[in-house]
Amino acid sequence: MARIDVNHIRHSYLQNPRTDADFALKEVHHTFEDGGAYALLGPSGCGKTTLLNIISGLLHPSHGQLLFNGRDVTNLSTQERNIAQVFQFPVIYDTMTVYDNLAFPLRNRGVPEADVDRKVRETLEMTGLADMAKRKARGLTADQKQKISLGRGLVRSDVNAILFDEPLTVIDPHMKWVLRSQLKQLHRRFGYTMVYVTHDQTEALTFADRVVVMYDGEIVQIGTPAELFERPRHTFVGYFIGSPGMNVMPVAIDGKTAKLGSQQIELPGVPKAGGGAIELGIRPEYVRLGSQGMAVRVSKVEDVGRHKVVRANLEGREIAAIIGEDETVPADPKVRFDPAGINIYADSWRVEMGA
Amino acid sequence: MEKTWNNRAWFLVLPVLLLVAFSAVIPLMTVVNYSVQDTFGNNVFFWAGTEWFEELLSSSRFWQAMIRNLVFSFIILAIEVPLGIFIALNMPKKGWGVPVCLVLMALPLLIPWNVVGTIWQVFGRNDIGLLGYYVNALGIDYNYVQDPYDAWVTVIIMDVWHWTSLVVLLCYAGLVSIPDAFYQAAKIDGASRWAVFRYIQLPKMNRVLLIAVLLRFMDSFMIYTEPFVVTGGGPGNSTTFLSIDLVKTALGQFDLGPAAAMSLVYFLIVLLLSWVFYTVMTNYDAER
Repeated sequence: MARIDVNHIRHSYLQNPRTDADFALKEVHHTFEDGGAYALLGPSGCGKTTLLNIISGLLHPSHGQLLFNGRDVTNLSTQERNIAQVFQFPVIYDTMTVYDNLAFPLRNRGVPEADVDRKVRETLEMTGLADMAKRKARGLTADQKQKISLGRGLVRSDVNAILFDEPLTVIDPHMKWVLRSQLKQLHRRFGYTMVYVTHDQTEALTFADRVVVMYDGEIVQIGTPAELFERPRHTFVGYFIGSPGMNVMPVAIDGKTAKLGSQQIELPGVPKAGGGAIELGIRPEYVRLGSQGMAVRVSKVEDVGRHKVVRANLEGREIAAIIGEDETVPADPKVRFDPAGINIYADSWRVEMGA
Repeated sequence: MEKTWNNRAWFLVLPVLLLVAFSAVIPLMTVVNYSVQDTFGNNVFFWAGTEWFEELLSSSRFWQAMIRNLVFSFIILAIEVPLGIFIALNMPKKGWGVPVCLVLMALPLLIPWNVVGTIWQVFGRNDIGLLGYYVNALGIDYNYVQDPYDAWVTVIIMDVWHWTSLVVLLCYAGLVSIPDAFYQAAKIDGASRWAVFRYIQLPKMNRVLLIAVLLRFMDSFMIYTEPFVVTGGGPGNSTTFLSIDLVKTALGQFDLGPAAAMSLVYFLIVLLLSWVFYTVMTNYDAER
């Protein structure tokens, strides 16, 4: 296990990157604590796989350093870094049995056969593959194959970290839950440092203690699932996390009130916004629909099971609100914003509010 | 859904039936017809029964041609398959080298067979041929016209030159279909170059390799044009393969009966081997 320091790393796939836009990773500076379970969350193309491959050594960063427990490993090969990685599509060695698949990384490292056997049996137990040890790996289902991929990482007890690159993409929905909870269990039992790349917020939020949200080659926020939900640092985090995402609307600030068109919205404090484009963000969960407040025109009500999502038009802007399953939309609908859920953004970045 | 029964639908199959009849069935039946009769010309035929088949199967000339052919097929497979894999492994996977290599590889395949024969016939001559002249100039006694060993070497090198590309292209197609993740996982698992080949690349090339072996075996088993142009089956009978022998019998000696019997035996062997390959391949697929 190791603490991983990503030290001002920039990466470009081009030979001679000139502008910031040429960089797949603009600049990432972050520490993954020893034994932490992290999720790298972001849309496709935001640089999360690039970051993962830099950590595992499949890519060499254009700039910056990578430290494992304080030791510079930037120029070490993948093998020397002793990393395990599980890929999007299950990688298995077709011609080998499940047992031999798990033994492969150990045998490659010249581990004595007695130790190989002990470790492989342990890993078979851990991953629940024990009863198919003698089967050829190619006949198995996708989730079993993915367990083999994982098992090949777990079998080396001294791995510095286990990296996951969207490992559940090809797994059936009902198996996703099973695998994810098994991963959590493994993490709790053995305390591996785990970094899990995904573009699925549910996956990220259920798996990780801390979620690293990436957007356009940068880390925009690192926090617990609750922090990301309550206090998105960037409007992107607001949009990306939550279903539906945060409502973001341009406003003008006047002391403790925000002006949205003809409406006045009370703020919980005075935003310390210097200038730039000011926006107000509020999650649909904090938009109260009732007979008081700002008049809206309801365009659609979606029943998603546990609650209903109301799509409405406020001052010419689409907003979403969440109401309970049994609630109904009033005849003359109005909305209020719960001050606890209001965030103010200047040029897309969140600003603090004073008293 | 209600099925519509209409026997006129058979007319839809008619064109293909006619085509196959004229291109395959009728010629084949003609051969069958010849194989059980004897003729002395003037379109007069006598019933010969299984005589030609018995004669063929007990003739040492036929068996020698057969053994020669099998040895030839075995040698060229033993060279072309490993060589093809080796070249495919070392071909670039991206960049400008890819089209260059692919075109270079495809070139020999585009040359008509008799032209390939002619190229090597001239190339190997020790008076005006680039290869023959310089090999002799190096002090190696090389003459494919007189020496059976040299004739074999020439014919084999010619076949390797002509057909290794096919194996290369098939293997290359198999190799580029392997996702990057496999190589990355192998790196993480600390696999050696050999282990990557043995456990990732070879299994993924399995199917195309089977096809390559099948194609090369069939082709080399039926080889005619190239050795015929270069050596004419000689010196003596040393490079007389089955098809050359067949043509000699049928057109050289105009022995229609024995030639027809030989064609049928030849045909059955090819059919049998195709069936074996087909079974092996479908079993292999079912196992996956």
